[in-house]
Amino acid sequence: MKGWLKISAVLLLVYVHTAGLLMDVPRLNILNETVRALYFHVPMWFGMVLLYLMSVYYAIRYLKNPSHEFDVKSVAYAHVGTAFGILGMITGMLWANYTWGSPWHGDPKQNGAAIALLVYLAYFVLRGSLDNEEQRARLSGVYNIFAFAAMIPLIFIIPRLTSSMHPGSGGNPGFNAYDLDSRMRLVFYPAVIAWFLIGLWIVSLRVRIKKLEEKIIDNE
Amino acid sequence: MKDIIIRITGLVLLLVTNVGLAQSEVEMADTMRSEGKIYVIVAIVLIVLAGLMVYLFMLDRKVKNLENRLK
Repeated sequence: MKGWLKISAVLLLVYVHTAGLLMDVPRLNILNETVRALYFHVPMWFGMVLLYLMSVYYAIRYLKNPSHEFDVKSVAYAHVGTAFGILGMITGMLWANYTWGSPWHGDPKQNGAAIALLVYLAYFVLRGSLDNEEQRARLSGVYNIFAFAAMIPLIFIIPRLTSSMHPGSGGNPGFNAYDLDSRMRLVFYPAVIAWFLIGLWIVSLRVRIKKLEEKIIDNE
Repeated sequence: MKDIIIRITGLVLLLVTNVGLAQSEVEMADTMRSEGKIYVIVAIVLIVLAGLMVYLFMLDRKVKNLENRLK
């Protein structure tokens, strides 16, 4: 990953955390000041979906052309994506506790996200249970496609078909319910970009460390 | 007659004040902002962020050193 990308990610995060706390937000009942959680909670999920997308991309590339490098990348993206998802889950529960009344509300999107995370945790269980390297890479590549295909409806489609308290659900697509006006977009989109870049950075570190490990094993 | 007028004005007043209340303020942390204490939070959040980012940069450098050594 290029150095200027890392620095711009950090600068964007500094901007997001300053503007996210200081800039004006719509004055809404119940949400009150917590509407600002949008700047910090939602980018975790956007980051997770983008990282999982990269993961499934490398899984497909591995299945088309079984190169060890693609497998290493695929698992690194899935790993960091899951970390983002767990952070999104914890922040969402905290937010829900104060706006919906309880941390776990049985909200379709919340349930769907939890199931999606479990599906991805099973991906790591699958990888851990196979010793043969090629078999592990191939099977987990196939499973990765299944996991991604399960996550999309769980998070984006089912909550729209029923009623969900998340905005953009229950026949109300988009961010209308939040009044995500241009002011909030000015902070929200940079937050998504910045956290995604940080995710890519951590992925690149994991991939490089993995390569070093393999080099050491080869040398021994 | 007087009675009705009093009642109607009462009702109107009630409505006006209610509308006023509904519009006037959704409760936000305005006091904290006006006292400037919000900057304390901004500073704390930025310190945590800076610490984590410096940590990431150092980790990056450590990996780079290892890569150079193993070349």
